[in-house]
Amino acid sequence: MFTANLAIIIPFIIAALVPFLYRRLKFVHIGWFVMLVPVTLFILLARLIPSIASGKTYVHTYNWIPSLGINFTTNLDGLSMIFALLITGVGSLVILYSIFYLSFKESLQHFYCYLLLFMGAMLGVVFSDNLMVLYVFWELTSVSSFLLIAFWHHRKASRQGAQKAMLITVSGGVAMLVGFLMVHTMTGSFSIREIIANISSFTDHALFVPAMVLILLGAFTKSAQFPFHIWLPDAMEAPTPVSAYLHSATMVKAGIYLVARFTPVFGGDQVWFWAVSGVGIITLFWGSFNAVRQTDLKALLAYSTVSQLGLIMSLFGLGSIALHFGYSADSVIYTQAIFAALFHLINHSTFKGALFMVVGIVDHELGTRDVRRLGGLMALMPFTFTIAVIGSLSMAGVPLFNGFLSKEMFFAATVNIGNADVFSLQTFGIIFPVIAWIASIFTFVYCMIFIIKTFLGNAQPEKLDKPIHEAPIGMLIPPFILGAFIIGIFFFPNALGEYILQPAMASIYPTFEAAGSLTPTISAWHGFNTELWMTIGVFVIGSILYNRLKNWKPVYKLLPQKFSFNTLYMNTLAFFEKGSTTVTKSYMTGFLRHYLAYIFMFFIVTVGGFLFYSGAFSFDASTNAEIRAYEVILVCVMAIAAITMLFAKTRVTATLLNGVLGYSISIFFVIFRAPDLALTQLVVETVTTVLFLLCFYHLPEWKKETSSSKTKFSNAVISIGVGAIVMLVAFSVLNYDKFDTIASYFENAYELAGGANIVNAILGDFRAFDTMLEVVVLFIAGLGVYTMIKLRPKKGDADIEDQ
Amino acid sequence: MKINDVILRTVTKIVVFIILTFGVYLFLSGHNTPGGGFIGGLVLASAFVLMYLSSDIESVQKSLPLDFKLVAAFGVLLATSTGVGSLLFDVPFLSQTFAYFDLPIFGKTELTTVTIFEAGVALAVVGVVVTIILSISEGE
Repeated sequence: MFTANLAIIIPFIIAALVPFLYRRLKFVHIGWFVMLVPVTLFILLARLIPSIASGKTYVHTYNWIPSLGINFTTNLDGLSMIFALLITGVGSLVILYSIFYLSFKESLQHFYCYLLLFMGAMLGVVFSDNLMVLYVFWELTSVSSFLLIAFWHHRKASRQGAQKAMLITVSGGVAMLVGFLMVHTMTGSFSIREIIANISSFTDHALFVPAMVLILLGAFTKSAQFPFHIWLPDAMEAPTPVSAYLHSATMVKAGIYLVARFTPVFGGDQVWFWAVSGVGIITLFWGSFNAVRQTDLKALLAYSTVSQLGLIMSLFGLGSIALHFGYSADSVIYTQAIFAALFHLINHSTFKGALFMVVGIVDHELGTRDVRRLGGLMALMPFTFTIAVIGSLSMAGVPLFNGFLSKEMFFAATVNIGNADVFSLQTFGIIFPVIAWIASIFTFVYCMIFIIKTFLGNAQPEKLDKPIHEAPIGMLIPPFILGAFIIGIFFFPNALGEYILQPAMASIYPTFEAAGSLTPTISAWHGFNTELWMTIGVFVIGSILYNRLKNWKPVYKLLPQKFSFNTLYMNTLAFFEKGSTTVTKSYMTGFLRHYLAYIFMFFIVTVGGFLFYSGAFSFDASTNAEIRAYEVILVCVMAIAAITMLFAKTRVTATLLNGVLGYSISIFFVIFRAPDLALTQLVVETVTTVLFLLCFYHLPEWKKETSSSKTKFSNAVISIGVGAIVMLVAFSVLNYDKFDTIASYFENAYELAGGANIVNAILGDFRAFDTMLEVVVLFIAGLGVYTMIKLRPKKGDADIEDQ
Repeated sequence: MKINDVILRTVTKIVVFIILTFGVYLFLSGHNTPGGGFIGGLVLASAFVLMYLSSDIESVQKSLPLDFKLVAAFGVLLATSTGVGSLLFDVPFLSQTFAYFDLPIFGKTELTTVTIFEAGVALAVVGVVVTIILSISEGE
């Protein structure tokens, strides 16, 4: 049985197998096998389209940690369907493209392993119904994106771009996690479906707005919204298939997905409306404005992606207002914004994916993507030119291509919003159409730059390292398929609307009864109305601006480099690095005894402070058993051993005395009938003694302590303090009743876990999660010791990072 | 770690087997009597450490060609995969179960999934302890 859970897991399993398969395959590109994964998933998902379109949703739950409300629940509905189809569909094409883009010399096993990790994580984000599970997959997409951006990690720019993307998206992700926890505090549930059902009674909650803002921070950082957009242009250091896949079609749309998913939760609120649509529209303008001045084709596309993401984001904001009014014949007009958003989301993936592949072809075949060195490629690369024209004109919003349809709907939505009489839209509503129109002019200009400067004009072969030639057929097929979609959607938009967009509208407006009435009939020709005049205006003014580019380009010099957000980011990073270095250096002296002093002082302050302030200290000897003679003798032996240790002359003596202490404790365990503890203590003591002796082999002779009497005094105070606190804790523990007793585990371990050894039943069954994580920690510690000793660079070796 | 001590080496040859057997016994008996994965693992690890102590590392590695880092990694994988495995049976993560079987030689025997989990713990402990001790003893 195919479930969405399976769709998430399959890419992870294959990712684990890729390195093994890679070793076996010497003559076949491993990409061919990897491509089977998204293709299969795409077909399996596509088979469900009709039933999703008829209003069905597939929810499947695997209980994970039900006691904490964390379950691996997937929700395959209209909204997640759109994203899943994009992820698997564009994924298939990108992998096909990458087979020809990446030669055998690259470390392909890493590339495809990361790519599959990303695919699984991304499917996890869009399918997960549980917020905690969603968060894990969310961060996993950041991690895999980091690995893919830094794929050519010998380049400094790659590493810096990867770091920047990671820092910005992960800090947004952490903010989002806090937002999720706030939502959980309000509604008591991690399930998005339950939250949507119950949120209406919490809109006045004190945490409602903070939770919303924090979740939006996560969405805005991920979707490269202003002012967090700065990571996306730097992420273009990744191989082009990655840019086409992660940084235009899928991962950057995770933030948009989150906004869409949370629209039924927060939509209708004024803060949500202004934050989402405001940030979106500013991003739209800023991205397109900056794209015009780029000379690197990939950077141009990066800024254009930023701007288009802003467009989609602002549409989601505009559409959320319908939830404020509730379902009525009048409010349906506002839902059209979200319909346009979903429509443009798909269109953007088609044309931007194709354009990135074009840039990849140019870069791959000619060795540069700088427009100043390009030109006149049309005659020599006719197929690439065709795709570039289709993609750019669609992006510019020219008829015959799908971008025109969604662009018109976008204009219509911005114009309509002025009619709403809430959220002070009567006054400020005019901002939206104006900014949208100006930004679209810039969009038109950079689309012209993309086509004309690269493909028209005179060829400049003297500036290129390689002769101009057409790309291999394998690199042309994927963008051609996308190009076919661009044109196909223009002619048959309503098939898409009915089967794909309408069920998604039902997910975003679950309270609106008739999802069918939210689906408009998309038509290319609708008479001369406002939005058509706006489009014509864009073409006219855009062409004029393009021709006069030289005259107004100095406007970009008005804003000096040092005031850019990039500089702010660099300065913040440098400030934190310097600050943390200073703070760390002030206490990390390199002397173990200092560190021990910190640890012990912390112990005295916290544990002692707790005992003192909570009044937990209590001593009641009345219930104690009688103290017997051999117990006294044992205590005396231990005391003598401890005191003798202070006067030991060699390390070996001290270690052995320490061993005496440890073995005496295990005898105590035997006396008090705790054979498990006694056994463990014995073996641990043996192994640590061996370890101590081994370490001493490397250490110099034990010299007499020469520290000042002041240090000696403070050390004595600390050690006596620790001893006293431990003793007080030991006394109080007998009568302490603030924690739940663990006696419940003792009662029926045999029936519940089938084991008579209660200790092990607790370790392996009742509290197995703790044990599992302890094992993992132990393993990490072991690897840490191994790497620190074995893999450290020798003196005089070059820094490993800079090759 | 080369100590040329005839007595130690001779004793080790016999004692190691006793310790190893004891370790396995402790591991298996852990379900109902004192023992278990952690202790069993530690005892096994101490047996290996004794082998390395009494003769040099190269000759031990010749007779015992084990990469203990891999042993530890395998243990961690085993322990976590028992957790994931329970998801396949539609029960929460890390659910353990047990049943009684009539086996040919052993008679009525209890088989549990905890044993697999504990085996993971034991292997991880063996691997980590030996890795740490070996790397420290080999370090300059």
